[in-house]
Amino acid sequence: MIYFDNSATTKPYKEAIDSFVKVSTSYFGNPSSLHGFGEKAERLLKQAREQMANLLGVKSNEIYFTSGGTEANNMAIKGTALMHRSRGRHIITTKIEHPSVKETMDQLQEAGFEISYLPVDAAGIIDISILEKEIRDDTILVSVMHVNNETGSIQPIEQIGHLLKYYPKILFHVDHVQGIGKVPLDFYKSHIDFCSISGHKFHGLKGTGALFIHEGVDIAPLLSGGNQEKKKRSGTENTAGIVAMAKALRLTMSEMNNKLEQLMKIKTYLLNELSVIEEVMIHTPEHKSAPHIINFSLKGFKAEVFVHALEELDIYISTTSACSSKHSSASETLMAMGVTEMTAKSAVRVSLSYENTIDEARYFIESVKKTIAQLRKVMKA
Amino acid sequence: MITYDRILIRYGEISTKGRNRNLFVDKLRRSIKRVLHDFPNIKIEAQRDRMFILLNGENSEEIVECLQGIFGIQSYSPAIKVGKDIDEMKEAALALFRKVYREGNTFKITAKRADKDFSLDTGEINQTFGSHILVNIPDLKVDVKKPDINIVVEVRKEACYLSCENYKGAGGLPAGSSGKAMLMLSGGIDSPVAGYLSMKRGIEIEAVHFYSPPFTSERSKQKVIDLAKKLSRISGGVALHIVPFTEIQQLIQKQVPDNYTMTSTRRMMMRITDEIRKKYDGLAIVTGESLGQVASQTMESMYAINDVISTPVLRPLITMDKGDIIDIAHEIDTHDISIRPFEDCCTVFVPSSPKTKPKLEKVQHFESFTDFEPYIAEAVEKTEKLIIKPNTLIDEEIENLF
Repeated sequence: MIYFDNSATTKPYKEAIDSFVKVSTSYFGNPSSLHGFGEKAERLLKQAREQMANLLGVKSNEIYFTSGGTEANNMAIKGTALMHRSRGRHIITTKIEHPSVKETMDQLQEAGFEISYLPVDAAGIIDISILEKEIRDDTILVSVMHVNNETGSIQPIEQIGHLLKYYPKILFHVDHVQGIGKVPLDFYKSHIDFCSISGHKFHGLKGTGALFIHEGVDIAPLLSGGNQEKKKRSGTENTAGIVAMAKALRLTMSEMNNKLEQLMKIKTYLLNELSVIEEVMIHTPEHKSAPHIINFSLKGFKAEVFVHALEELDIYISTTSACSSKHSSASETLMAMGVTEMTAKSAVRVSLSYENTIDEARYFIESVKKTIAQLRKVMKA
Repeated sequence: MITYDRILIRYGEISTKGRNRNLFVDKLRRSIKRVLHDFPNIKIEAQRDRMFILLNGENSEEIVECLQGIFGIQSYSPAIKVGKDIDEMKEAALALFRKVYREGNTFKITAKRADKDFSLDTGEINQTFGSHILVNIPDLKVDVKKPDINIVVEVRKEACYLSCENYKGAGGLPAGSSGKAMLMLSGGIDSPVAGYLSMKRGIEIEAVHFYSPPFTSERSKQKVIDLAKKLSRISGGVALHIVPFTEIQQLIQKQVPDNYTMTSTRRMMMRITDEIRKKYDGLAIVTGESLGQVASQTMESMYAINDVISTPVLRPLITMDKGDIIDIAHEIDTHDISIRPFEDCCTVFVPSSPKTKPKLEKVQHFESFTDFEPYIAEAVEKTEKLIIKPNTLIDEEIENLF
């Protein structure tokens, strides 16, 4: 099996599952319970928080655990909107955000907020001068993703942060779900107020995630209840999942240190080999893109057909983003980059992890060529 | 681009310590080695009045950051070693200048000529290097009073060293260079700060904590472990003695009148701490007491409490205001742990109105009806000793989870 759909989800590390099982069996106490058994669970939670903060280069009181990236994005955006709606009702984001940001914005728009969507260039990157022009007196939040989930393009987060530094009333949210463990991001240097990550994108388990909230920044909670996570996110903590996520993050970060070069090599190899195939049109920009995502169209082929054809060879890739791949509408991200609807409908995404090898990449290229030849025969007939 | 090949470390106070100097330098070298554990290629060259960390390709910026908290360093500078050939020196100085120069910066040259046989004197060095840089960088200005960039050219017997960034060190004396003391660590804000300040003067700290289950919870013990962990970052490891104190506290409640229980409790704590000190060859006891802060910290209280031992009691915070102590607690990252709301041995049995001016004779009289000695011996006997390190968890099973 060749699994090239790591931006949809990753295979959990065995070590992370072991931790999950161990915590679930031996330390199942409620961290809020007064007794020593609850204290043990609380200690695990604290340790996980510290470890994640260290790995992310922030303080442990700035990490809030959530159920995943979607919740973290909702929490940052709606929480800010709810908190600061009397100060302003204008939010700036981009045209290429993940649905968990985009749909949140749509919901806020219905509730009376005004949303500005920044365009992107052919490489899928926003123009900071346009961002600056969109800023108004009543702007309360700017939300820009770091690495795009469909194309891998990287937004200039640090520069945006430097610009927003001069607008102290505007908060800055970054969806870092695809970038974590692949493209380094300095939260402090980039003046980020909120940053979302998701455990299952770096070999943790589904149902775990975290939101970084800069010290001193406040939001209204979406979930009220037992006042867990310093009142910002109530609900009994998923101790086992959180511990597994902290472990997965440690392992991923050490893989980034050791294997990033290998990953780049695989990506370069794939880009080079794909670019010489006549039917292929590559959408992932050569520069300013993440080391693990390649998006390309196969001219004249429907994306689903191609995905299923590769599946027969035990190769797993994705049409666009997994969250929207069951709808057959064309990718909004690609269309925002100026790709035609026809071409966008034939786009597929290959997404790698540190566990993939160059041999898999070779086999993949061969299979792509073979599949194209075969499909062409069928379609011409 | 030119890269630094070494970091020059200046000792400050150590170099005035006469015959103790070798000991101090050796302790400092060990501290540095420990902190830079993750940089296996570095080599440390210690000399009489300075130390060099040879980078051997390791990242100078990361190391510069790591050195910030190490006691015994007055200041330090990343530097480049070059031969004493004037042309070679000039080129290296220019390359270094380009590395740090941003448009609009001013500069000066500071020459240090330890090698008195060198062909140029101090003024000539300034002049030669200054003009070489001026000629090569357009629109550059000299400012000898407040330059943005100060290029230090240091000519010594063996070579010439160039540097232009100077970082302030943490000061103080190297960890462990002043001998060992027992720190009475309660879990409050003050005692970790007292520990930190004594460590800054080179004292090796072993912490003593009084634990009274079920009156104080597992969480309060964890709090102290977390505090000790923060302190252990300074020295690489801290021993923590956990004294079972429930029985003695209950005995005091029974035997001593209410308004004197606090005084008596402190006296017992002192006696136990002193016994542990003897056992582990300590020379003093450190407390976080600050004059007048609470009932037990009035002059009268201290007089009545201190009477039980003759060991020196060091009180680094004695004259400090609470606000200043809190500032340091924030700086050393212990404040947020200290304010976790759990009872500790000092808060759990507080009488409604403790004596702020206890009389020594009275407390001696109240205690005279009970023989505390066997209880003290038993508490010392049952004391649990933990070794706390910055990154390790106490429980191996838990450690494997992460």
